[in-house]
Formats: sequence, C-alpha cells, structure tokens
Amino acid sequence: MRILFKTSYFEDIRLFQHGGQRFWYGLLVAAVLIAPLVLAEFYVGELTQVIILAIAGVGLMLLIGYTGLVSLGHGAFMAVGAYTNTYLITNGVPFLAALPAAGLAALLAGVIIAVPANRMSGIYLAIATLAFSQIVEQLIIRWEPVTRGFQGMPVPAPDLLGYKLTHGWQLYYLSLTMLMLVVLAAINLVRSPTGRALVAIRDSEISAQSLGVHLFRYKTAIFALSAAVTGLAGALIAHRMRFISPDAFNFLLSVQLLLMVVVGGLGSIHGAILGAIFVGGLPQVIALMRDHLPTAVARTPGLEPALFGLVLVLIVLFEPLGLYGRWLKIKAYFDFFPLYRRATFKRQRAYLKTERVR
Amino acid sequence: MIELFQLLVGGIAQGCVYGLIALGFVLIYKATEMVNFAQGDLMMLGTFVALTSIGTWGMNYWLGLAAAALAMAVFGYLLDAIVLRRIIGQPQFAVVILTISLGFLFRSFAGFVWGNETLNFPTTPFTNETIDVGGVIISLEHLSIILGTLILAALLYLFFTYTRLGNAMQAASQNQLAAYYMGVRVKHINSLIWALSAIVATIAGVLFAPISLVEPSNGFYGIKAFAAAVIGGFGSLMGTVLGGLIIGVSETMAARYLPPGFKEIVAYLLMLVVLMLRPHGLFSTLQRKKV
Repeated sequence: MRILFKTSYFEDIRLFQHGGQRFWYGLLVAAVLIAPLVLAEFYVGELTQVIILAIAGVGLMLLIGYTGLVSLGHGAFMAVGAYTNTYLITNGVPFLAALPAAGLAALLAGVIIAVPANRMSGIYLAIATLAFSQIVEQLIIRWEPVTRGFQGMPVPAPDLLGYKLTHGWQLYYLSLTMLMLVVLAAINLVRSPTGRALVAIRDSEISAQSLGVHLFRYKTAIFALSAAVTGLAGALIAHRMRFISPDAFNFLLSVQLLLMVVVGGLGSIHGAILGAIFVGGLPQVIALMRDHLPTAVARTPGLEPALFGLVLVLIVLFEPLGLYGRWLKIKAYFDFFPLYRRATFKRQRAYLKTERVR
Repeated sequence: MIELFQLLVGGIAQGCVYGLIALGFVLIYKATEMVNFAQGDLMMLGTFVALTSIGTWGMNYWLGLAAAALAMAVFGYLLDAIVLRRIIGQPQFAVVILTISLGFLFRSFAGFVWGNETLNFPTTPFTNETIDVGGVIISLEHLSIILGTLILAALLYLFFTYTRLGNAMQAASQNQLAAYYMGVRVKHINSLIWALSAIVATIAGVLFAPISLVEPSNGFYGIKAFAAAVIGGFGSLMGTVLGGLIIGVSETMAARYLPPGFKEIVAYLLMLVVLMLRPHGLFSTLQRKKV
C-alpha cells in the first residue's frame, strides 16, 4: 500500500498524484501512439471509432457525471457537428476552420436547449432533450438544400494545410490528438473552482446556490461546453463514416452515448473512456462470438441490441458505479489487502426518497 | 367541414392510444417515481401476445384479449418484483437507463419470437364496419378505441375510488412511508401497479393494432406517449388522457394542413412549449419540494 505524504494543499489537485501514475499513463500514451504501427488497418479503424466515441463521452460526462444534468439528446449535437463540418468542407472551407465551426454550431445548439432546460430538472430535462433531438433529426431530414435529406452526404477527406488525410492511421492520430486535448481540458476544468461548482450543483442545487454558485450561468455554460465537445466528436465521426445520413444520428446514438457514461462509471473521466471502449468494443466481441455460436442463434438479427440491453441491465443492477467503480474496488481490495471491507463502497440510500410534496 | 370532423375522429382515436400508454407511465410514476421508458415496449409485447392468442390459437377476440392482459399482468408484476425493485434508492437516471435497456431486450425478444416483419392483426369484431353520423363516416375501429378508452378510464376511476386495493395504491403513491405504517404492503402494491400498467398497455396495444401494423418497433410509440404524459403533468389520470388527445389531434391536423415533417415533431414541439411555460405540465397537481 502506497502512503502519500502531502505537504501542500495543491498536491490534492496535481495532475499526477505520484510517480506510479506518471509511469502507467506514460505507458498508455506510448501504447496508443505506436498502435497503428503494429495493428492491422481494420483494428486501427475500430480504435479510431472508440477514440471518437470517447471524445463525445467526455463531453457528456461533464454534463451528466459532473453536473448531474441528464441528456437523452446528445446524438443531436453530434449530428449538428457532423453536418456543419461536412457542409463547410464540401463548400470549400478548409478543415482547420470547419472543425472549430462544427464545435461552435453545436455550442450554439447547446445554448438554445440550455436556456429552457434551466427551468427543468431531473426527468423533465431528460425528456426535453429527447424531444430536442427528435426535432433536430426531422430538421436534418427536411432541410434538403443543406443536408440533402435521406440521400445523405459524402464526406470529403480532411485537408490539413494542403495535406489530405486519406488513410485510416492519419484519422487515428488526428482523433487521438483531439481526445488528448479534450481530456486534458476536462481534467483541468474539473479540478478548477468552476469544476467544483459543477459538482456542487450535482450534489445539491440548493446548497450550491447558497454558496454563491450562479445556477443559470453555470448550467448554461456546461451545457454549451458539453455540446461543443460532442459536436467536435460528431465532426470527426463524419470523417470516419465517410458518408452521413440522418439515420446515423438517431435516438439510438443518444442512448449509446448515455450508456457509455453510465457503464464506464459516472463522475470520472476514466469512466467516459472505459465506457467508450465498452460500447465500441462490444460489437466486435459479439462478431467474434458469432463464429463460435450455433448458426441458428448466430443468424438471428437483433442479437446485438439484445446483448447490449442485457449487459446494461446487469451493470445497472449489480455495478451501479460502473466499470471504473469496479476497478476502484479491485484496487482498494489489494491496497488494504487483509482489511478490505465490502461496506467501503456501499451506497448510502436503500429507500425511496421522494422529490415531491402534495 | 366533414373532412375536418373525419380527421378529428381519427385524431381522437390516435390520441386515446397515446393517452392509454401515457396512463401506464403515470400510474407507475405516481406510485414509485420511476419513469418507465419501456412502456411502449410493454404495449408492443402485449399486442404480440394477443396476436398469438387470437390469431394463432384461434381464441375468441374478447377471450384472447383477456388472456393477453392476464399474461402481461403477471409479466409486469414479476418485472417489478425481480428487476426494478432492486434499484429503489438509486438516482433517477439509473431507472431511465434500466428501463431503456429493458426496452431493447423486449424489442429483441419480440424479434426472436415473432420475427421482425410487420404482421397484420387478425380480424376483430370491428374490422371494416363503419357507421354514418350525419355524413361523417366513422369506422368502428376508431370508435372502439375511443369507447374502450372511456370505459377503461371509468373503470380505473371506480377502482381507485371505491375499492380497498385502489385506495391502498393511492395511499402508497401519496406517501409510501405513511402507507407502510398503516399496514399497506407497499412492495406488493407497487408490483401490482406494474401489473395494472401492463394491462392498460396491452389493452391500448390491442385496440390500436387494427389501425396500425404489428411490429417490434411499435415500442417507439412510447416516446410520443411520453409527450402526452408530460403535457398532462405526470399527475392526474384525466390530465394524461387529455394530453394524449391533444397530441393525437394536433398530429393528425399537422399531417393534413402543415408541411411534411411537422407530423413527426408536433408532439415534441408542444411538449417543449408546455415544459417552458409550465415546467410541471398543464394539469399538474404536484409541486417540487422546497426548503
């Protein structure tokens, strides 16, 4: 067991708590950097997918995990980012300008939904964001001069200062850079006073307010920021898909994003990334399993959503803290080896605490 | 004018279905504060069970409906007793995610058992019959939905007002702890409410099936029914049915008089407007806890 001796308050918010973390995260960065050199092209593509999902996951995690605002419509922000990016590039805007523009468009969409959303809370907010995403989907279908409706749009390869990124590994490095920047920004945000204010809002709006947190301002800001990050992920995923159409950004995508942050573990950046690995990797695992299953089972359509649903039900029931929570438990078990107690992570409430009065 | 009335009848029938699904949401929400995103999928399952009992096993329409409702009631009871009861005390989004994933499971299950092709519901006593009311031709299928909703709403009202069980359910949904102290078996009651809500969903599905097609993705009607529940304020049962009617009628009107695309989103637009003006619904009786 490692004992940290802290001599200053700032050590609590240091990026790396100790040398061990520096070593392991360094190793992880090295591993993802050399991955395209050793992996087959197919797996590089899949990794790119995971990375892009992780970017969106971090964006959503800031909103759900840190601020406690549940959104069931983040697929819409991805769509806004993807379509803005593609439309601008098709019309001759360079990629380096189109990408921030995509983030900006998603940010604006986030502000539009955030202002009314400030009046709602809990389940009403979730439903309102769901409604918003349905409206955006219809808008994409019907606004044919820009989005070409159901026909969809081909996505030209991104153009980095006159250098066309046509290969899979190039997109991989592009997405990886974006992910690292986003993760770094998110970590810095959550350890800053702003991030602490967000956590305070999550834990109790009333106490946050009485400590001087301006609810409207913070909620709107985090909604916009979360939408912007998700929009960037949308712009990237458009390049990965090479062809975008409205049905790529339907309700299921929003659900997938939500699943990611929950499966990973709410309230941690690790969770968003673990969740992205899970959501991005599960179809591959299922595809591999298909070869070993009896054909009658393997051939049935809808095996994937069924397994998806099943795994989720099990995780919500048996591991509410998510994958990252499970990892923390395992770590704590070995840290305190003979002394670990199950009650360490026990949830506090085992009864229904009502939110209403009559 | 006649066309308008005709549309109105169709819209009201459609709205009744939304209202009934939304009624299921509200029953469960009032009792357990859980928002059941799988309500539409419960309706879909109920429709398929009825399809099997009536179409495949050749039962009489009414008998088949009763059998399907009973089977779904047992299913709803067990669903709460085995799965959903475990997550009481967890944050609300845990319920949201759990029910969404249950919805996925139900949809895939229906796909496994009944296939993913659209099926036609077998002929009912109402198929292809129409009546003529002063020039307005009303099909019995539409009329059956409207009457069925009225009867069901009346029965529910009588049930909640005059029976012991109904009173216990009301008590449990108003204050669980107090109800528990008074000797109400709250857990059992909550599971029974799930059963009741599954019955309502099944009846809604069977009434709706003749004017729609039967397929696993019918569960997505649940999302629109949500809008109805929100407009109704997630509180009063009558408000919920009324919310469904508002959505059904405006959807039918939008399909006829507004540019394409509005039919799909008019429900959500209405809901957003209501949420902005009255964050707790038009007919809400609930208030948030204040410090």
